[in-house]
Amino acid sequence: MTSANGEADGSEPALVVEDLVVDRGETQVLNGVTFSARSGHIMGVIGPNGAGKSTLFNTLTGLIPAREGQVLINGRSIADSRGSVAFVPQRQNINWELPMTVWDMVMLGRTRQIGWFRRPGRVDREAVEDALNQVWMWDRRSSLISELSGGQQQRIFVARALAQGVDVLILDEAFRGVDFTSQEVMTLVLQEMRDAGKTILLASHNISYIRRLTDDCLCLNRSVVACGPTAEVLVTDVMEELYRSVEIYRVYESEQS
Amino acid sequence: MDVLADIFIAPFQYGFMLRALIVSLLVGVMCPMLGAYVVTKGLGFMGDALSHAVLPGMVAAFVIGVNPFLGAMPMGIVVALLSGYLIRRAGVSADTSVGILFAGLFALGVVMLSFTRGLRVSLEDILLGQVLGVTTQDVLLTLALAVLVLAVLYLLHKELVFASFDPAGATVIGLPTQALDYLLLALLAIVIVLAIQAVGIVLVLAMLITPAATSFLLVRNFPKAMFTGSLLGMISAVAGLYLSYHYNLPSGPAMALVATVIFAVVVAVKKAR
Repeated sequence: MTSANGEADGSEPALVVEDLVVDRGETQVLNGVTFSARSGHIMGVIGPNGAGKSTLFNTLTGLIPAREGQVLINGRSIADSRGSVAFVPQRQNINWELPMTVWDMVMLGRTRQIGWFRRPGRVDREAVEDALNQVWMWDRRSSLISELSGGQQQRIFVARALAQGVDVLILDEAFRGVDFTSQEVMTLVLQEMRDAGKTILLASHNISYIRRLTDDCLCLNRSVVACGPTAEVLVTDVMEELYRSVEIYRVYESEQS
Repeated sequence: MDVLADIFIAPFQYGFMLRALIVSLLVGVMCPMLGAYVVTKGLGFMGDALSHAVLPGMVAAFVIGVNPFLGAMPMGIVVALLSGYLIRRAGVSADTSVGILFAGLFALGVVMLSFTRGLRVSLEDILLGQVLGVTTQDVLLTLALAVLVLAVLYLLHKELVFASFDPAGATVIGLPTQALDYLLLALLAIVIVLAIQAVGIVLVLAMLITPAATSFLLVRNFPKAMFTGSLLGMISAVAGLYLSYHYNLPSGPAMALVATVIFAVVVAVKKAR
């Protein structure tokens, strides 16, 4: 039983994916994806557009079903792990015009702990307060989410995951186009979560950022091109295979912001 | 004081006015509560279509001789769930399929009505509402269902909000998002059928979305907007009822007009600032 609860060891595979096949409509997007992610580590997920990164994340979070294969999160199926996984989707996938305050949005993360039919209690309010402080958004708790900058909106989603108290956090392009402060704050929070034994998956087109922040890296293009410690994976041979032409990789590499 | 009493209290020496007041107040409270969801989720067309689609159920109940809302209520819930399914189905334009279904059902209802000439049923009352004609049974039914609707909205507030506004996030955390979506549609159907008593099929939309839309101009936080909308809904319903009594206006349109005027005034004041 791989029940990694984020003990000091931290190298237990918390997320095990085997032979995952996922279709989108008529198209087979993921073709036999196999990899594992360790608890207490940040794993980057890179690959060209259309490589299936978002499809992989949507499958891992239970939003779309897999045709074949198996996903185990701390030894349990996706359906049995609901509540212990949080997803920070691409920003454009959320309707930010909702008339909702920052506080209320983060409190949604407590939905499971609060339980059906019940109102938030003191523990829930403290969890939300802690989460907002961690992402430096406590002062904006009464603001509407529509009034936030893109980076602040991402921080709110990270705060919601913190309030939820997850084991696995999955972020899809969370750093694209965010301001410097948000980037630094989220980097700190992700590192703290890693040190607390969480498993973090982060998709990004920004290779230099992946190089800086992640411990492991999954190179995905419909199937796994390479997977391992970031320093070993982010080499020219792998990048060439992943992006077909090394020129494209150099373009990604130079995308510093 | 006598003048005030004449204006505000005298109408309720009549039982029919008291019954109308109770039903109007309940409809005024419930409609904007659901309306807050309708406005933010862009379900206005759905609400309008739904109110038209329950007509065959109402007419069938007339023919059998039971309370029309006993026919409209199950019909409304079934149609709401069916349209929820149509909206979910990929590849079909939701507006188009919902529009076709509901316009067809409304036409069916009108044709059915033309076969029931012997009955004491007025198409105008169904279309524009006849709250002055509600029976004690209607009042009790409305009260019971209002308690049910408000209890569900209160008890499942966080779940409904989560599933409505961030369905992906709600699914990831393990909420039965689809079931909650259908529940909201069923509540919408119940409220629409109850509102038909007060403002009729054609004007349900005025009670459903106008006070809620006004409230979003005044407060922008969702729960506060639900309450502000309810207050505006009650004011519209009661003011419309008074206008209808004192100036002999049709009650449904009077309520809808008050709601619309409040909306226009709020917009004008906001622009002027």
